[in-house]
Amino acid sequence: MSSDAKPPDLVMPPPEDVPMAVQLTGITKRFPGVVANSDINIAVRRGTVHALVGENGAGKSTLMKTLYGMHQPEEGTIRVDGAEVSFNSPAQAIAVGIGMVHQHFMLADNLTVWENIVLGSEPTSGGRLDVRQARARIDELGRRYGLMVDSGALVEVLGVGARQRVEILKVLYRGAKILILDEPTAVLVPQEVDELFGNLRELKAEGLTIIFISHKLDEVRSIADDITVIRRGTTVGTADPRSVTNRQLAEMMVGSALPVPELRESTVTERVVLQLAGVSVAGSVVGGRDVLSDIGLAIHAGEVLGIAGVEGNGQAELVDAIMGIRPIAGGSIELAGKDIGHLSTSARRESGVGFIPEDRQRQGLILEGSLWENRILGHQTRRPSARGFLLDRAAAKADTQRIVETFDVRTPGIEVTAASLSGGNQQKLIVGREMSEDPVLLIASHPTRGVDVGAQAAIWEHLRMARAVGLAVLLISADLEELIGMSDRLTVILRGRLTGAYDPRTVTTEQLGAAMTGAGDEHVGEVA
Amino acid sequence: MTGSRGRRILLGAAAPVGALVFSLLITSLLLIATGHSPFEAFGAMASAFERVRVILGTINQTAVFYLSAVAVAIGFKMNLFNIGVDGQYRLAAMMSAVVAGAAFMDSLPSFLRIAITLLVAMVVGASWAGVAALLKVTRGVSEVISTIMLNAIATFLIAYLLTPQMLAVLEGNNISTPKITEGGQLPVFQFEGSTTPLYSGVFLAVIVGVIYALVLSRTVFGFSLKATGMSETAAIASGISVKKMIVSAMLLSGAVAGLVGMPELLNGSAASYSLNFPTGIGFTGIAIALLGRNHPVGMIFSALLWAALDSSANALQGVGVPRELVTIMQGVIVLSVVVAYEFVRRYRLVLEARDVARALAARNPQEATL
Repeated sequence: MSSDAKPPDLVMPPPEDVPMAVQLTGITKRFPGVVANSDINIAVRRGTVHALVGENGAGKSTLMKTLYGMHQPEEGTIRVDGAEVSFNSPAQAIAVGIGMVHQHFMLADNLTVWENIVLGSEPTSGGRLDVRQARARIDELGRRYGLMVDSGALVEVLGVGARQRVEILKVLYRGAKILILDEPTAVLVPQEVDELFGNLRELKAEGLTIIFISHKLDEVRSIADDITVIRRGTTVGTADPRSVTNRQLAEMMVGSALPVPELRESTVTERVVLQLAGVSVAGSVVGGRDVLSDIGLAIHAGEVLGIAGVEGNGQAELVDAIMGIRPIAGGSIELAGKDIGHLSTSARRESGVGFIPEDRQRQGLILEGSLWENRILGHQTRRPSARGFLLDRAAAKADTQRIVETFDVRTPGIEVTAASLSGGNQQKLIVGREMSEDPVLLIASHPTRGVDVGAQAAIWEHLRMARAVGLAVLLISADLEELIGMSDRLTVILRGRLTGAYDPRTVTTEQLGAAMTGAGDEHVGEVA
Repeated sequence: MTGSRGRRILLGAAAPVGALVFSLLITSLLLIATGHSPFEAFGAMASAFERVRVILGTINQTAVFYLSAVAVAIGFKMNLFNIGVDGQYRLAAMMSAVVAGAAFMDSLPSFLRIAITLLVAMVVGASWAGVAALLKVTRGVSEVISTIMLNAIATFLIAYLLTPQMLAVLEGNNISTPKITEGGQLPVFQFEGSTTPLYSGVFLAVIVGVIYALVLSRTVFGFSLKATGMSETAAIASGISVKKMIVSAMLLSGAVAGLVGMPELLNGSAASYSLNFPTGIGFTGIAIALLGRNHPVGMIFSALLWAALDSSANALQGVGVPRELVTIMQGVIVLSVVVAYEFVRRYRLVLEARDVARALAARNPQEATL
């Protein structure tokens, strides 16, 4: 239980006669070659919200999979309500009252809410599905815990917040008394988060126990009764949410001081690098609504334009349109005054567009290729990777070595496959690659998603340095702090349109959140 | 990462060698169950190679199989399944035989005649494969379906064209394209004690293999081909036009397929395309490419193995074992090797992830965990 930063306010759970709802002692889980969890100790009091915080990759999910019976620990014991248990499958965990709400919803869109909830544990009467009983029980659960959702509605018309309530109901329906919520706020806008927290407080008041996994510290401090911090696979301490600060928590998570997304003095110039005017992109359904309409924006040299938005509002399509992956139906795209709207992706890249795609494993890398082959990817027609139609393997390898050193990619060599690197190091390789060959424009889609704090700081620093020498950056992120901290200007994308301009120096996350859902009117917005 | 190269080769060889051993095991059990002696059977197969004729025949066959495997492998490299190599090479062989046997060729120098023949074969093969490519990029038709159908169409087309009314001549009972006259064929190498010569077509296979290896590892095109095969989404984001790659890979695959019939046509004693022309090599090529993992050197070994098994099959009949035993062996090899390769692939990834974690941990103990 060591910590580089002094753990603030170490509160041990108060000794009580009531057994802990969940008590994990000395849990160790190994995967080939790495220890994912070692000597984890957590005590969760009944009727509380217990937050488990830690960086991405710290081992939170591994631990929760252990608790939910998805795999077995090599060492340690799990006690539920004082009795030692061991699970071979999630079914056994459910049987003792442990339920899990996954980060990614597992709902069938074309079924109704109640159908989704009973799926797999359908109540029957006389061999037939007892619809009335099912719906009655669901409505009763909803009333009791304040989880309001129309049990007859089709899931596909529900918004994200409502879907999450369905997921929670699904778990409650199966009799869970202990709920594990894996990053439940990752997909929610601020207003929906407040709503969720209201629900969680009701659940708590009803005597349920909630284990809340997150790395968003504001949220953790506002909802949790106890906090346990995990770092590098082990529990490094507990904290009292009433007295601990974000910074103290974050430093416990990281084990050292923490990076801040911020820009220094403005480097914005008058020179327009990217100009979009009236750009529209047709939907994939013939005759359907445009996925992007009337997009106009300009990014200057030395400027970062941030785009906020709830996922699925056209960000991916905008990136694809600029990169030439998806054809535009109308409007123009100009790069440094030159029309590139109808060039191939390859030609656009050659004219100086760097691209950090949102899904690094699917779009950014060839996982089974070596690091130097991945260095060539996207730059296969240019020096140093190629000379004419021939690859220049020696030069590509040398340049990969340069990227590994300059961008601090932690790897034993450039011959290993990209798959063997951690997420943060994969991303640093991509950032290094896309900053090569002096781009004039960088499209950065979620550049620090799922990377550790060290890599995040490094990537931000490289963005700042590139901006200082005149790079124009289009930054798309779901992390509002990153957007506010790293942008010179902000805009919001909503249902395929850019709505409003914001000054990152004055805007708050709440204001952005409201704009992202269409002035907070989420229910109308998402159903329509 | 010391010894990683050695390990890579070892791991690469583990699956095919394991599959071969496994197939020997299965066939041994089969032989015992049917009252034969495995030692006698395998002994007879081995002793077939005491004759020079069988060795030369095996080498010639290896070259043909290898060409077919390369044709398949070009598609496989980017997850295109060109099942149509069979139809492509048969149609190409017939059309080029017609051109090579045409009267006007007699006046041309030998070098030019052979060059034209090869060119026609490649163009015909590429065009036939191009039909499938076009269907795929314009209408999204799966190349698996279209190439299988094109195989059937090629069979009928050949039957239609190979009549005296069309392109063939009737000689006695045998119907074939006009015989290629002297100078239209490539020389062969005669060896003492063998009626079968060594085909110069073997060198054609060597040249194709070298070009295949170089294109894959040294050119932008080869890189794009592999990148598309390993991750289409990453290829698109990297500016590789997948449609262009589909068309060029199919055309190249078809062009190489066109060469499959050339050793037989340009070296064989028949010197024409007839109904006796070898069939089914396109399908054998799929198995060989699988076994050789599309690797330019790996496929040499698998083609050699296949040809050797085929050549020794007749010897089995000498000891009263049906020659179809060889077919069973080949089937077991392919089935088990596909499974084994997937195991080895996963094991290799796990192994490497562990090595990297270890190497980094040794450098910086703080990063030992995930």
